[in-house]
Amino acid sequence: MVPVPGRLKRSQTSQLKGYLFISVLVNSNSELIRLINNAIKNDLASRNPTFMGLALHCIANVGSREMAEAFAGEIPKILVAGDTMDSVKQSAALCLLRLYRTSPDLVPMGDWTSRVVHLLNDQHLGVVTAATSLISTLAQKNPEEFKTSVSLAASRLSRIVTSASTDLQDYTYYFVPAPWLSVKLLRLLQCYPPPDPAVRGRLTECLETVLNKAQEPPKSKKVQHSNAKNAVLFEAISLIIHHDSEPNLLVRACNQLGQFLQHRETNLRYLALESMCTLASSEFSHEAVKTHIETVINALKTERDVSVRQRAVDLLYAMCDRSNAQQIVAEMLSYLETADYSIREEIVLKVAILAEKYAVDYTWYVDTILNLIRIAGDYVSEEVWYRVIQIVINRDDVQGYAAKTVFEALQAPACHENLVKVGGYILGEFGNLIAGDPRSSPLIQFNLLHSKFHLCSVATRALLLSTYIKFINLFPETKATIQGVLRAGSQLRNADVELQQRAVEYLRLSTVASTDILATVLEEMPPFPERESSILAKLKKKKGPNTVTDLEEAKRERSADVNGGPEPAPASAVSTPSPSADLLGLGAAPPAPAGPPPSSGGLLVDVFSDSPSAVAPLAPGSEDNFARFVCKNNGVLFENQLLQIGLKSEFRQNLGRMFIFYGNKTSTQFLSFTPTLICSDDLQPNLSLQTKPVDPTVDGGAQVQQVVNIECVSDFTEAPVLNIQFRYGGTFQNVSVKLPITLNKFFQPTEMASQDFFQRWKQLSSPQQEVQNIFKAKHPMDTEITKAKIIGFGSALLEDVDPNPANFVGAGIIHTRTTQIGCLLRLEPNLQAQMYRLTLRTSKEAVSRRLCALLSEQF
Amino acid sequence: MQFMLLFSRQGKLRLQKWYVPLSDKEKKKITRELVQTVLARKPKMCTFLEWRDLKIVYKRYASLYFCCAIEGQDLELITLEIIHRYVELLDKYFGSVCELDIIFNFEKAYFILDEFLLGGEVQETSKKNVLKAIEQADLQEEAETPCSVLEEIGLT
Repeated sequence: MVPVPGRLKRSQTSQLKGYLFISVLVNSNSELIRLINNAIKNDLASRNPTFMGLALHCIANVGSREMAEAFAGEIPKILVAGDTMDSVKQSAALCLLRLYRTSPDLVPMGDWTSRVVHLLNDQHLGVVTAATSLISTLAQKNPEEFKTSVSLAASRLSRIVTSASTDLQDYTYYFVPAPWLSVKLLRLLQCYPPPDPAVRGRLTECLETVLNKAQEPPKSKKVQHSNAKNAVLFEAISLIIHHDSEPNLLVRACNQLGQFLQHRETNLRYLALESMCTLASSEFSHEAVKTHIETVINALKTERDVSVRQRAVDLLYAMCDRSNAQQIVAEMLSYLETADYSIREEIVLKVAILAEKYAVDYTWYVDTILNLIRIAGDYVSEEVWYRVIQIVINRDDVQGYAAKTVFEALQAPACHENLVKVGGYILGEFGNLIAGDPRSSPLIQFNLLHSKFHLCSVATRALLLSTYIKFINLFPETKATIQGVLRAGSQLRNADVELQQRAVEYLRLSTVASTDILATVLEEMPPFPERESSILAKLKKKKGPNTVTDLEEAKRERSADVNGGPEPAPASAVSTPSPSADLLGLGAAPPAPAGPPPSSGGLLVDVFSDSPSAVAPLAPGSEDNFARFVCKNNGVLFENQLLQIGLKSEFRQNLGRMFIFYGNKTSTQFLSFTPTLICSDDLQPNLSLQTKPVDPTVDGGAQVQQVVNIECVSDFTEAPVLNIQFRYGGTFQNVSVKLPITLNKFFQPTEMASQDFFQRWKQLSSPQQEVQNIFKAKHPMDTEITKAKIIGFGSALLEDVDPNPANFVGAGIIHTRTTQIGCLLRLEPNLQAQMYRLTLRTSKEAVSRRLCALLSEQF
Repeated sequence: MQFMLLFSRQGKLRLQKWYVPLSDKEKKKITRELVQTVLARKPKMCTFLEWRDLKIVYKRYASLYFCCAIEGQDLELITLEIIHRYVELLDKYFGSVCELDIIFNFEKAYFILDEFLLGGEVQETSKKNVLKAIEQADLQEEAETPCSVLEEIGLT
């Protein structure tokens, strides 16, 4: 039975029933549609409004592609024809909208677009409503065509909002004038950026009226009245946020939302929290949003509905900045303990991101992450703990603290596996920093880790095995015990291939390799290159594109690193046992240093001048960076918003090679990229630098490398300057930093016995040859660190030479092309006074002075 | 709006209007899941929830749940009012509408909905106009029916 509408009697009922049947039961893709289309066509062509209306309804309800093909051309004509009835017009508008949504390509733009815009001025509000919906959707794809609608919409809106309640008669809904239409007009206005001043003035007035009305006492107790009124209000606030240009409106909106935060109705609280999230990212209102932090935290604790609590968490995340980061992270952590399982992972990611971003003191960061693992270990995804390890490795100052904290945390009877992973890795790298304390001696560390060994999964055990071999390197006294463990049948014949392989290889490595090779192989992990936080990426993926990202993140898009895949997979530490210092292997770019000072090189640049010859003065903070490189060969020399310069160098006798890595941190190309090495006139004859030119174009997110060959001709005091000039976007950038090629780089350590040392010491007793300096300690006076620095400086550290065991004694030879200069040094610390006395004796006065100056800075 | 569902407290579907093309199987699946989710919510909870990537706005009137699914950009509060307006229309038309009215006169309910919403958007917000259109349709129907029945029997 096919009740085709075009039957003999064409009675309304049968027609109605026919259409109803079609719209409810017939699937969009049915073959019947073709038969039906003809009948509909007839109906549309008839001038009878009822038939036309029904036909349009049918098309709208089914809205299939075939229908669109058949009717998409017809309907716009009906829409703008002068003699069409109002009811048919509104049906036609919405029908067209439906067809556009399913098959946008079949609805052509044409003359009718401007006529449609004029429908906004129609008397009949129903028509206006329908037209507004249509224009809103069309304008998103073709904004140019419908630009004129903005002013019309604004004036219509202001007429409605300021009208008395009797004006609009039937369109007034519970004392709110035309709420649906108002909402639709506001939505239409959001498709466009803020209009020009004339219209904008009117619009601002209108929005203010809406905000004012919200403050007035309600005209009716019914919830419908408040819902309608608030619907218009929320949409107006959305528009204000979208325009983001009127600070006082934004602040008022924020206050209004703040009031809603404590409303009786749950719905309003929910919506207020949601809207505030978007407000928080606007710079004008960010401060205003922050004032409500107490209310939000309260909501977090007391709301019964989990989705409202979730919104509160989102809002806390959005409003977080340096001033309230600690408080917010603490609150989120305490919420995490009782949170719903479904949202835990998201909260974990958020806490991790916030902790990293706003960590002023990285010890706090380490604490937070460890707490995170303790509270919600299962939901701490890999990215989070990779990140904490990356950060600990990149930052020297937090390494000892991390080792200590992790050690203490591991002592808890039941600790999460992620904690074992993090702990195992950190102790493997930095266990030596706490080995001095008898409570955390190497053997105790090992036993602690091993006690958790059999409780862990395969991946963790593999990581622990790597840690054990690192222990063998760091603490030779544990070698026998650990070898015993490795030798145990459970490892060597383990069912899992990875574990078995590691056990066998590590065992062999520990037996076969000499201490030197072992030390080189298991050298401390190089710091990690900076790249976009994978945690952020994961969070975005999780929440989809609707995530409210922080204003700063949105503004500073960091491009991904070229190297890729830099996870601290422990296996890579044992890549090849080649003794060359180039174990760091893949040309891995050096890391981001701890909070680099923002360069003012960009400000000093003369934007309008094209002359590349002006060398910018040294970037601020380059002195500090320089000092760091005296005892270290690798690291990041300089970093600003656009550029990161990293160094990797190696020296042998009087020759050296330095790799300079220039990283483009933006997504735009650098053009005319020219680095130049500048040696002052004094320096020129003493230091020879050779370099090859670099490709002048650096792609966004890419890294280029420059090799500098260095030869020390004679001893020198000054340092060369590296000047980089390039074009970024339309601006011209000019940066200068001191290149840390210092005399001590050509220091060759010499071991010698006590008598030899004192003999030479006496030989160098003339006053020009000795330079002494007494200075206050700048850093904490830790023995291990001091020793490391002296070794990093290039000198050999001589044990048991000085009668006072607290003193440090070193010896070495400075190699130049022309001569070799023997150097002896002695560093005497005074812990009580927090001061040092440094004595340098070499055969050349200038050398003594320079070395003394360099070394004094380090402590 | 993507779709609107009406279902009873026991989970029986009374009315469904889909504004997006979906296969039957998908429709059934969505209906089942959504009905379960909404019925599980407690009275004091927020009447909006996020489900898949849509927002669901629901309201309970006596024994019927009115449930709408809107896209991310639409406003929840106004949708609540759309639901309320629809209920008012039904109320005016049927006079103190109850679930049984909808069960037995479902085609009228659909017709009213069509006059009010088209393609997922609000078409006509004036109660008067909507009801006028429906009354006209009713009048025509009444005029025709006795006519045709009599003719069919053979009596003029």
